[in-house]
Amino acid sequence: MTLLYTEIEEQLRAAVRELLTDKATPGAADGGELWKVLARDIGVAGLLIPEEFGGAGASAREAAVVLEELGRTVAPVPYLTSAVLATRALLTAADVTDIADLLERLAAGETTATLAVPFASSPYRPPLAARVGGDASESIDRSGAPEAAVVGSTISGRIAAVAGADMADTLLVPVGAGLAVVSADDPGVTVTPVTSLDTTRPIATVELSSASARFIAIDPSALQDTLAFGAGLLASEQLGVAEWCLTSTVGYLRERTQFARPVGSFQALKHRLADLWLEIVGARAAARNAADQLASGWSHAARVAVAVAQAHCGAVAVHAAEECVQLHGGIGMTWEHPAHLYLKRAKTSEIALGTPGDHREALADLVDLPGPA
Amino acid sequence: MDATAVRERVAAFLAEHDPATTDSTEFLRARFDAGLAWVYFPVGLGGLDAPRDLQPLVEQLLRGTPDNNPGRIAIGLGMAAPTILTYGTEHQKQRFLRPLYTGEEVWCQLFSEPGAGSDLASLATRAVRDGDEWVVDGQKVWTSGAHLSRWGILVARTDPDVPKHRGITYFICDMHAPGVEVRPLRQITGEAEFNEVFLTGVRLSDDLRLGPVGDGWRVAQTTLMNERVAIGGGNPNSRRTMVGILADTWRDRPELRTRDLHQRLLKLWVDGEITRLTGARLREQLAAGQPGPEGSGMKLLFAKLHQEASGFEVELLRDEGLEYDDWSFRRSDGVDFLGRGAGYRYLRAKGNSIEGGTSEILRNIVAERVLGLPSEPRVDKDVPWKDLPR
Repeated sequence: MTLLYTEIEEQLRAAVRELLTDKATPGAADGGELWKVLARDIGVAGLLIPEEFGGAGASAREAAVVLEELGRTVAPVPYLTSAVLATRALLTAADVTDIADLLERLAAGETTATLAVPFASSPYRPPLAARVGGDASESIDRSGAPEAAVVGSTISGRIAAVAGADMADTLLVPVGAGLAVVSADDPGVTVTPVTSLDTTRPIATVELSSASARFIAIDPSALQDTLAFGAGLLASEQLGVAEWCLTSTVGYLRERTQFARPVGSFQALKHRLADLWLEIVGARAAARNAADQLASGWSHAARVAVAVAQAHCGAVAVHAAEECVQLHGGIGMTWEHPAHLYLKRAKTSEIALGTPGDHREALADLVDLPGPA
Repeated sequence: MDATAVRERVAAFLAEHDPATTDSTEFLRARFDAGLAWVYFPVGLGGLDAPRDLQPLVEQLLRGTPDNNPGRIAIGLGMAAPTILTYGTEHQKQRFLRPLYTGEEVWCQLFSEPGAGSDLASLATRAVRDGDEWVVDGQKVWTSGAHLSRWGILVARTDPDVPKHRGITYFICDMHAPGVEVRPLRQITGEAEFNEVFLTGVRLSDDLRLGPVGDGWRVAQTTLMNERVAIGGGNPNSRRTMVGILADTWRDRPELRTRDLHQRLLKLWVDGEITRLTGARLREQLAAGQPGPEGSGMKLLFAKLHQEASGFEVELLRDEGLEYDDWSFRRSDGVDFLGRGAGYRYLRAKGNSIEGGTSEILRNIVAERVLGLPSEPRVDKDVPWKDLPR
């Protein structure tokens, strides 16, 4: 285990960064086009998919490096939602060969999927599968037992605040101890974009009305574990967001002159940036640790690492983005400057997959620090 | 030199020097001579010219053998040794490193003065050349272990006519020389960990000078960098941490728990993990030979965590938090941030953001050297030291 980056990880980073520098001007990138190039040419879509299904058979460590770079450019691509969350959910299937075709197409970048759960779902609110199923049990009408993977059954219901649905060809809807695989093209599926706080990763409402579905069985805890896996990797994206905010703020404060000196020479501002830098140093250690633990398998140590990373990194990204806006002064409040894109991404990511508070509270059980009776 | 070679070397060393029957000083001397003191030092100076990342392996293989009480000689190990290695003459390295390592000669640090704290470069202790000797006059402060020390690393002004950074020279001070007077300095914990050191007409021979005349500021940077890593890095082998103590109390004393304290405890626990992971990553970088800028930040993190956790502990204890174990004025055995009771820990932690560079100065260092932000306008930079307001 290492908290540093391996040579292969640095090469992957360089490839992703080169492409993003070329094609992903924050706020102006065409997400669909960018995703095609990233997914197919660089092959990031299949990083977490085993080689037998045409993927790279890489681990959470490599996926984390991609997320750092995507965070740094707030790229509007469905990497987290499709290549991490949906892919990971599929890989928890009891019988993976059942969905080999889908995995192969995902790995090749030919199709994109999303896990149809509210993006703000916490991995700790048990039992999540029952909650989604429970909430939806009145509205989701399914014929056939999901565990039996009955072909030809249908599904109905409504799921709000789903990220990545706007770009997904396939929706994975949690039902009981399984996932319903639904094609976004099905006449029974309506995906309605919601005017979103984060325009680089918008949410949508998914409505299913007797849509055709294929049911695959997954372990009852697999859905929560998938959300925790995603949360652990989201920390790396948050790290990338925070790093961009710090770098651009430092760059600006070195150039901007007031009172006949660079604004960045004022100690009051230098100390704030030094503190922010230190928070980010901690965020890097925590995000690397989470990625490393997730790469070694799903364990107690991995759960702790995810909770620690999320308890810290979400708030660090928000702090970095808020400092970025404030220290840019008036220009930081404009639509023209990209700072707002990072602020919106940071604030929505803080809520996504469990708030910092949710993750902190989870540690009470995980590390035996119980609350008052 | 690789791990296999190191293993063989340690095995051969242990075959010749049975730790159970060898006198501990003899054992440490032999360990130094075998190149197993600090394997990344040169051959003949306690090392094997090996990569730094092999040192933890040596420590692991020699665990349980006589050690040199690293807490007692921390200044020698952490600050004097790397400085002597970098700037010392061959004779100085041969003379000082071995007894420093074995703990036969304890070292202290004569840097801060009553009038020169954060602005260390404005120091006023004078060293005037007299033939082959230097005559030193002045006062130093915050000198831990001065009363136990054989040697001190000393910075003194040798040229008052040039700007402050340029007129400083670095010396090794003989703490047994006539004119060296050590007085205990009582601190807020009640005890005296530190001293004031008065230097009156102290004569030091020129071969106790470390580095060129007037180059002391540069030499001191090596010492200070190592000091911050030493304080901030903590002891990676120690399983006892401030947050660990807190967590144990929390688990053992359910009657103390409240909702508010629980939320804050979890936050502190996360901060403790972040600090631990940052330190672990820093050590990996150092071992891999990529010393990162994280080093300057570790001490900041560590100070903040210690202060918050120790303050929390006093509050958590309620009635017992009103007590203090012992105010008597006495010499402490060494530096122990975690020793004694909660009240002591709370008070001692206040020093963590002051000693070895205040947190304010460290933030300047991070901002200027890591982030590349410009320094504040300086009025003292090109003014001869003697003309500075004091």
